[in-house]
Amino acid sequence: MTSSAPRNKRRRVLLIGAGLVGGALAIGAYRFYRERDRLSPPRALRATASETVLTGWIKLSTDGTVTVQVPRQEMGQGVVSTLALIVAEEMDADPALVRFEEAPVDPFYANATILGDAVPFRAEDMSTLAQMNRVTQFKLGEMLGIQTTGGSTSVRDAWHPMRQAGAAARAMLLQAAAARFGVTRDALTVANGVIEHKASGKRATFGELAVEAGKVPIPREVELKDPARFVLLGKPQPRLDIPPKVDGSARFGIDTRIPGMYFAAITQCPVFGGSVAALDAAKAKARKGVLDVFDIPATSTSAAAVVVVAEHYWIARAALAEVSIRWNEGPNAGFDTDAQRERYEQLLGQGDARVYDRAGDVAAAQGGNGKRVTADYFVPYLAHATMEPINCTAVVRSAGSCEVWVGHQAPTLVKWFAARTANLDSSRVTVHTPYLGGGFGRRFEVDVVVQAVMIAKRLTDTLVQLIWSREEDMTHDVYRPMAASRLRAALDADGNVVSWQHRIVSQSCTGSLTARLLPMAASDLMKDKTTSEGAFDLAYALPNRVVEHVLMHEPIPVGYWRSVGHSLNAFFVESFVDECAAAAGKDPVAFRTALLRDAPRHRKVLELVAEKAGWNTPPPAGVGRGVAFAESFHSIVAQVAEVEISNGVLRVRRVVCAVDCGFAVNPDIVVAQMESAIVFGLTAALHGEITVKAGRVEQSNFPSYEMVRLASAPRIEVHIVNSGLEHLGGIGEPGTPPIAPAVCNALFKLTGKRIRSLPIRL
Amino acid sequence: MVSFVINGNAVEVDVDPDTPLLWVLRDHLGLTGTKFGCGVAACGACTVHLDDRPVRSCVMPVSACAGKRVATIEGLRQGDRLHPIQQAWVDAQAPQCGYCQSGMIMAAVALLRANASPSDADIDAAITNVCRCGTYARIRRAVHAAAANMKKARGEE
Repeated sequence: MTSSAPRNKRRRVLLIGAGLVGGALAIGAYRFYRERDRLSPPRALRATASETVLTGWIKLSTDGTVTVQVPRQEMGQGVVSTLALIVAEEMDADPALVRFEEAPVDPFYANATILGDAVPFRAEDMSTLAQMNRVTQFKLGEMLGIQTTGGSTSVRDAWHPMRQAGAAARAMLLQAAAARFGVTRDALTVANGVIEHKASGKRATFGELAVEAGKVPIPREVELKDPARFVLLGKPQPRLDIPPKVDGSARFGIDTRIPGMYFAAITQCPVFGGSVAALDAAKAKARKGVLDVFDIPATSTSAAAVVVVAEHYWIARAALAEVSIRWNEGPNAGFDTDAQRERYEQLLGQGDARVYDRAGDVAAAQGGNGKRVTADYFVPYLAHATMEPINCTAVVRSAGSCEVWVGHQAPTLVKWFAARTANLDSSRVTVHTPYLGGGFGRRFEVDVVVQAVMIAKRLTDTLVQLIWSREEDMTHDVYRPMAASRLRAALDADGNVVSWQHRIVSQSCTGSLTARLLPMAASDLMKDKTTSEGAFDLAYALPNRVVEHVLMHEPIPVGYWRSVGHSLNAFFVESFVDECAAAAGKDPVAFRTALLRDAPRHRKVLELVAEKAGWNTPPPAGVGRGVAFAESFHSIVAQVAEVEISNGVLRVRRVVCAVDCGFAVNPDIVVAQMESAIVFGLTAALHGEITVKAGRVEQSNFPSYEMVRLASAPRIEVHIVNSGLEHLGGIGEPGTPPIAPAVCNALFKLTGKRIRSLPIRL
Repeated sequence: MVSFVINGNAVEVDVDPDTPLLWVLRDHLGLTGTKFGCGVAACGACTVHLDDRPVRSCVMPVSACAGKRVATIEGLRQGDRLHPIQQAWVDAQAPQCGYCQSGMIMAAVALLRANASPSDADIDAAITNVCRCGTYARIRRAVHAAAANMKKARGEE
């Protein structure tokens, strides 16, 4: 009995390893083929005495409150409100009585879609290999049971089960009402949380029926609403998380406050891969309020560091400045990003690469007598710089348990890594995930969790909140990869693209993350889709094409950064498409429209943005207008940027954006996410650059890693295309990829100069 | 010991006088609505009011607050009702992750106190805080709306 848990854990680790190298062989056939139950409440779901559990997603209180279990983390994208609304719609609940609650960490709530999306095959590729990979990845996602928020997958993953849960709860309530009123179910009507029998005038609220409804078995077959009858979805709805975010009451991880807790400040080795050689903490230890000063070793997920634990954060921080530390800088003390860039640029023209997509005959197509276009592009490392500095609160209790509070995109990983660090079974770990003060991919990492639990383990029964300074955050991020790219095209006499070759040189985010989480499973065997997404899977008609990637390994850790590979590949591809249009003497929108001849949905988005931006009327004097287009996370986004230069400073004055995410569940959130993603991408295009000298990141805080601010934020107009539920796509990330190329293409119109390296330098 | 008035109530805190006001608020007074963002006065997440003027509390030693009035986001609500600026924020659905919003709101309150009908340029100059979610357009809209509503409430139209 007691031995089964560790074995389970080991098996899980094996499964991840197996999955990451692309094989499903280690997986039992029964579990593979079993349909996942996404309705029955998991044991981890707890209810109070006044609450009835109606499926694993809904608790109904006798006072009528509907509490939706939301297993995705709120980091600004509005997910808690969107998911709660989906349930409310199918239930016909009174939206004023709908609340949300952080779901417990349980495989029931796992996000399988995120892994299902991660295969390096074009969408139309229905080959056995592609299909096998998709199914395997999705099934793997189900079996690993990782609760995670990312890849713009939340709505797509939850859409069916949460609608089903709402409909099932509604059916249970109807059956309870029918029994109470002594009538048939079809004689009843439901609206706004009230069930009525019009003929007799009998009525009951959901709250009044809660207890009886809880006794009805969960129906497996329920009819979902015809979307034409949606009353909440598809219309702007106020977000549930906004009231606490305007009065200071919203609790982020860093706001965790428990009586008797201590605070820890940290300095990590400034050189990647280094360690602590010696430290003198005498002075720091003597400071009033300091509990302990010690060093913690590097792990596969976290850097070696010196930590001060004190009664208050400021004491810890002040004492940390008094610790004298000698670092063993290790093998990367000479690492330099300028030299790295040179290496990458050399590899654009020599050496092996892995092909992500190939069609037609590139060499033969190049033989014509049309124009040739070639261009090299470059993007630097980027930091996430979430507004809430990285932090984690933890306690390891002598009774053999661990509790962790952390704003995190993958609570399941928090649980596993806290357990491993504390040397406990994961069933002994409780994870609380308050609001995230920004995620953008940074909060997939478990570095701070491992460090906090190491500290808590040393100081058993003491609750410690570890806070990284902004400087620690910026110098110990997992960065968006540096990448170099070469594009070559041949155009025929009519300006059609007859040959397209693209080579990208970069590290792999997925490989880097795997090496951190599971060093033993790290392998280059499987291609990481994210290196080449947005480059190999284009909707453009390119009959003769090769898209290839050169995989690099560097001591700088890289990670997922809002829209991941798309954010850089859209810059490469869309800048180059613009160069091809110019070489062909064609209008950039018309040129793209022709390339989208096989993609009517995509064409519509491009045509809409052109129309709304007034593309066919000249911009005001001194203003350049540029367009870019990108499909990512199953959504299609086109943007037109208008730029001007005043006193030598580039200013983006206006961005017009069109988006097709299939169906805008909450259109106001779609607009907000486009606005957000555009500003995020614009910050990268205008300012973002992380450089490394002597193994150390040179930027350390906002003054040296600047942000777009109110004064430099453009006016943004967003237009939504609802092409249908069958095209449901993500919304948190797809707004970011097109903005950098749209701005650079606009700048070309204005100045005649191409920007081929970011950030933009005039 | 440093004494000052916080959201209308007198307090006395026993801390090193060099401690930044931010950490006194968060760790000694339990007022976690004011946020730590950068520690170098570069992002504005920690904006509070010192005698009605906006200050970045992460670099403001608490000793500089002795005998003065400090106001934080927690003190903005007027009884059960949101401050008109908070209401404008809700109406504009401005916050996303929300982490920077306390500082943004405090900067906006200070701006409207000094300038009842700010222009876009006035807003640009007064609100220099960082929002990583890019809520700037909605913040601008909310400031204008709050200015209009506050004028209306004063009967100025």
